[in-house]
Amino acid sequence: MSLIRRRKQNETSRPTRSDPSSIDKEDDNKKKIPAKDQNAEEIALKKLRKWSCIDSCCWLIGSICVTWWFLLFLYNAIPASFNQYVTEAITGPVPDPPGVKLKKEGLTVKHPVVFVPGIVTGGLELWEGHQCAEGLFRKRLWGGTFGEVYKRPLCWVEHMSLDNETGLDPSGIRVRPVSGLVAADYFAPGYFVWAVLIANLARIGYEEKTMYMAAYDWRISFQNTEVRDQTLSRIKSNIELMVATNGGNKAVIIPHSMGVLYFLHFMKWVEAPAPMGGGGGPDWCAKHIKTVMNIGGPFFGVPKAVGGLFSAEAKDIAVIRATAPGFLDNDIFRLQTLQHVMRMTRTWDSTMSMIPKGGDTIWGGLDWSPEEGYTPSKRKQRNNDTQVANEDDSEVVASQRKHVNFGRIISFGKDIAEAPSSQIDMIDFRGAVKGNSVANNTCRDVWTEYHEMGYEGIKAVAEYKAYTAESILDLLHFVAPKLMARGSAHFSYGIADNLDDPKYRHYKYWSNPLETTLPNAPDMEIFSMYGVGIPTERAYVYKLTPSADCYIPFQIDTSADDDDTPLKDGVYAVDGDETVPVLSAGFMCAKGWRGKTRFNPSGIRTYLREYEHSPPANLLEGRGTQSGAHVDIMGNFQLIEDIIRVAAGARGEDLGGDQVHSDIFKMSEKINLQL
Amino acid sequence: MASILRFRKLCYAVPLKLQSFEFSKVDQKQKVDKKEEDANVFLPAQDLLEVDDQKKKYPKQQQRKWRCIDSCCWAIGYLCTTWWLLFFLYHCFPATMPGFQVPESPGVRLKRDGLTALHPVVLVPGIVTGGLELWEGRPCSEGLFRKRLWGGSFTEIFKRPLCWLEHLSLHHETGLDPPGIRVRAVPGLVAADYFAPGYFVWAVLIENLAKIGYEGKNLYMASYDWRLSFQNTEIRDQALSRLKSKIELLCVTNGYKKVVVVPHSMGVIYFLHFLKWVETPPPMGGGGGPGWCAKHIKSVVNIGPAFLGVPKAVSSIFSAEGKDVAYLRAMAPGLLDSEILGLQTLEHVLRVSRTWDSVVSLLPKGGETIWGDLDWSPEEGHACQLVKKGNFQCSPNDNYTDAMRGFQIKETEKYGRIISFGKEESQLPSSQIPILNSKELLHGSATETVNSSCRGVWTEYDEMDRESFRKIAENKVYTSKTILDLLRFVAPKTMQRAETHFSHGIADNLDDPKYEHYKYWSNPLETKLPDAADMEIYCLYGVGIPTERSYVYKLSPNDKCKSIPFRIDTSADGDQNSCLKGGVYFVDGDESVPVLSAGFMCAKGWRGRTRFNPSGTATYIREYQHKPPASLLEGRGLESGAHVDIMGNVALIEDVLRVAAGASGSEIGGDRIYSDILRMSERINLRL
Repeated sequence: MSLIRRRKQNETSRPTRSDPSSIDKEDDNKKKIPAKDQNAEEIALKKLRKWSCIDSCCWLIGSICVTWWFLLFLYNAIPASFNQYVTEAITGPVPDPPGVKLKKEGLTVKHPVVFVPGIVTGGLELWEGHQCAEGLFRKRLWGGTFGEVYKRPLCWVEHMSLDNETGLDPSGIRVRPVSGLVAADYFAPGYFVWAVLIANLARIGYEEKTMYMAAYDWRISFQNTEVRDQTLSRIKSNIELMVATNGGNKAVIIPHSMGVLYFLHFMKWVEAPAPMGGGGGPDWCAKHIKTVMNIGGPFFGVPKAVGGLFSAEAKDIAVIRATAPGFLDNDIFRLQTLQHVMRMTRTWDSTMSMIPKGGDTIWGGLDWSPEEGYTPSKRKQRNNDTQVANEDDSEVVASQRKHVNFGRIISFGKDIAEAPSSQIDMIDFRGAVKGNSVANNTCRDVWTEYHEMGYEGIKAVAEYKAYTAESILDLLHFVAPKLMARGSAHFSYGIADNLDDPKYRHYKYWSNPLETTLPNAPDMEIFSMYGVGIPTERAYVYKLTPSADCYIPFQIDTSADDDDTPLKDGVYAVDGDETVPVLSAGFMCAKGWRGKTRFNPSGIRTYLREYEHSPPANLLEGRGTQSGAHVDIMGNFQLIEDIIRVAAGARGEDLGGDQVHSDIFKMSEKINLQL
Repeated sequence: MASILRFRKLCYAVPLKLQSFEFSKVDQKQKVDKKEEDANVFLPAQDLLEVDDQKKKYPKQQQRKWRCIDSCCWAIGYLCTTWWLLFFLYHCFPATMPGFQVPESPGVRLKRDGLTALHPVVLVPGIVTGGLELWEGRPCSEGLFRKRLWGGSFTEIFKRPLCWLEHLSLHHETGLDPPGIRVRAVPGLVAADYFAPGYFVWAVLIENLAKIGYEGKNLYMASYDWRLSFQNTEIRDQALSRLKSKIELLCVTNGYKKVVVVPHSMGVIYFLHFLKWVETPPPMGGGGGPGWCAKHIKSVVNIGPAFLGVPKAVSSIFSAEGKDVAYLRAMAPGLLDSEILGLQTLEHVLRVSRTWDSVVSLLPKGGETIWGDLDWSPEEGHACQLVKKGNFQCSPNDNYTDAMRGFQIKETEKYGRIISFGKEESQLPSSQIPILNSKELLHGSATETVNSSCRGVWTEYDEMDRESFRKIAENKVYTSKTILDLLRFVAPKTMQRAETHFSHGIADNLDDPKYEHYKYWSNPLETKLPDAADMEIYCLYGVGIPTERSYVYKLSPNDKCKSIPFRIDTSADGDQNSCLKGGVYFVDGDESVPVLSAGFMCAKGWRGRTRFNPSGTATYIREYQHKPPASLLEGRGLESGAHVDIMGNVALIEDVLRVAAGASGSEIGGDRIYSDILRMSERINLRL
């Protein structure tokens, strides 16, 4: 054995060790070997070498495939109820889904239901595109698998952007909302938005003819959806049709998130006379709408929108989950990616509908805010005592109880965020010269308006130190003048002094609840349904980005942390549903519209329905049946039950009126708004 | 030796094993030794020794056991890799391969010519092409909520066939949903853009419309549940009300431009029904008032219209042998034709399709006046061989009056006999055929000897005895008039239910108040067109494909209780020039609809001012000569004339686009005729 080996070694090792340049020699060697079988060996050896690597790869792939198929087969072979079986074995019997439960109670279809999806959850598809988008005709660009984001990111960004000046389609590109229930039932495969609600409504007999998804292009401003796509007209026509074909039963409208504002706009639009509005006449709403059930409605906007516009750091759930968080947070890719995202989102007018409305009156000034005194830990752990015990140092208490200045939506530096207002040295930025930007050619490929500001402007912004809801607007006007010029033609953020002023007939006021009156429909009901118990972004601590040349010059100061205050990673959090603070979601129904106010002249009844968040008990529950999070609440059984009851004919009192867990009433009292 | 083993196991296991089949054991050892020595260049010798010791533990048996699985894995991996590689290459190819010039799509060309979206477009799909999805079902259909039962990949047929059939059936008495089951039409453009993945229906047309600027706001797919009778789509789903509201909305939001409607196949008669419905006052109709159509509709561009029904519907009700294009392709032809599985499958198909009222809407309308009687038919003289070659000269022979000359060289085909039992009967002169009075047959005693063993699959045939079958077969020949009696006899419940929704006659006096009933609305011979003089009606259809026209049947020899007692006699073949093939007589058409049914109304029935068209709505005939795809790369062809494939026909798409962009019928070239539809129409003696 060993002999054979040794001999072989001598023979075969030679060619391998030999210099690669001496191929001729090798050939000679080969010729010298007379034995036939050795030649065969040689060939076999070559074959072996050439094949072996690929073969083992094949083998590996093959075995992986086989295992995969086998598992897939097993997965398909087990009955569909297996999952439920396991869940029941672990957590005990699962309650019936609300649809089944209520069907047993005898509820059936009564009122037609209209869904109004919010921002980012609706699908968008391509109808006309540039060369690079070939083959994507009528394929989803937004929603679904987002495959194109990875395949051709720049092309995707180009097609998702709107025109910089008009806020409408760029030339040669038409991206349109998907229509029908499929538009927003699932945002991505497996990530439901409306699907659970739809399935439960179907249990008591709802189907396509009694359900309607009012899908619209959520990127463009509300009035532009009518100008470009006639979406508002379509919604009007569809509601009329559904009411007519369902024996005159009025519609129940269920808007979610930004859809709430969109529908507010719709209600004004539909009754306004024809050139600007839908010409439905002054009692259209009274005739066609039974109830508006707002889910997680950002009536006064969300502070997150500020972060989004200012530095593209809005952490909207759907966006992050869709575009792989690791990718965005990665320091290497981050700057470029964020700039692309920022350039794209800044062409979307709709983001500006979410800028905080109502100014300092609602959101608080430098030293005051309606939420003050809120500590997130209080509600979560219910151990107030331990905190009281800590009150040996009066200063800590002070900072905890009073000086969490939520009103300062953006502050530069943590110390600024905490200092009393008298100590902040504000230098007005509005007059600052923006400074000729040292037109840096390398930055040109990614356009954002920051490049036109120059260093002076950026410094001026940082020196103003703290911004409240009112000065935020000035700030945005300063850093993004084009964007805000476009946006302020469509949205307004103030509070009306006199609602009868004819200027309020302009459409830009229609989506601001503080500058419009509700329609004249005393029988209508308005619900505010939202989750509570999740810390929600409310104010930010910013810092200048160290190298401010080619990058977005501002950045949330994630190092700003404080154990005593709800400051974490540079963000002050209050109670809410992870996206919308309680204040924004609840105030109008708690106070602004309650009873007969100047915003609600006909005395439409309003109800608050809060849903305490409790995270899913285990992984099998998925996103939970008692969630209070902004999107996950659509799978909350209690909320679904409320909706089904109303759709089947119940009124607010039948549900039990208000259901409040948060301090929304206390907060509302602190707000000094003329009603 | 042990080290050899080790090497095999570690990484070269499979290739070595394969080699071992070819070489002797010694050879193998030596080879591996070489291999090992090569490796030794990198491996320290000590290591090797250690490993040597270790390896002795591995028994040789294990080695053998692994081989089979390993080579399987290897083969699969190899296949997968090749597949992926090809897949990858396929994706890497630019969409237009160099050298292979893809013809420019009509949309792009017309856009360059300056055409833009003008009139909103409404698409009305036909039978079987629209998707259906589940909204409520029995326990067996768990997990299928809002999933497609019809259209798409049809995977459920194979997974749970009986459950699937149960959910697609309708209630056999009401023709509506069975209790506890709600299957609804898929809404939106996705309803019928593709029937199955890769099998387009409307997708090509939609894409071309989009090129000239159409999008969601001016393009609407009027999907409806095609299983129901037309009036029931309104009763159950309010589909007609929705269509009305949508058309009104499209008009308003597009600057009061009238709508161009593009119905296909059965959608044509569905839309005919709509035209009457919308102007009829509320309890029965839509209450749009008498001027509604004139105000909202610019033109109706009918594609492959089945105005007067299709003979195929007869065979499909009679013996479930209707070979509709989409139907067949979807349900795996081999399965249906297979003798072993065939009987049960066909029975099930028969049972399910007999609950669908809409099939009855496609029965031949107009009786013997239109479709011909025992001795006469409008198509006679049609020469099949010539048709196939694309030469459309009709051979002149006027011998149809002389029955005795039937055996001449150029024999006339008696298309009027839609069903004949036996090939001879289909050719004999009428005087020699024993004719039972079909009325008598209908009232004949159908003694119900229900065989309990037959209960598994319920069709109405089970309630009839052999005696009746024999009687039916004895009657020998049926024309389009007697065929209705026949169907009433063999499928009494189906016909009774469906005939409250459809009528198949010719009106003597259109002003008779009975014609206000909705069952006449979808029959062009029993309704008037709306009062809309500016409207245009187009008949767009393919010609040049042999199309089923009449059948030769035989009694099924099989005496088993669960079988359908009649079958098409596929052994009946004519001589070379005959149009009889496989028990079916063919005429010119688009594979589903004969030219007569598609073109007659536009060619004669509505042409000018007739009693069916009192306001003189203009009609145009556009025929498209069928040309099979030149190569495989063309897919289903750019010049196809087949019933569904015509939706990808470039010339047709161009016509539709031009009309949508505002052209009138004369601007696109008026009539374009290849077939002898005008001559056929002349032979039909219909009072106008």
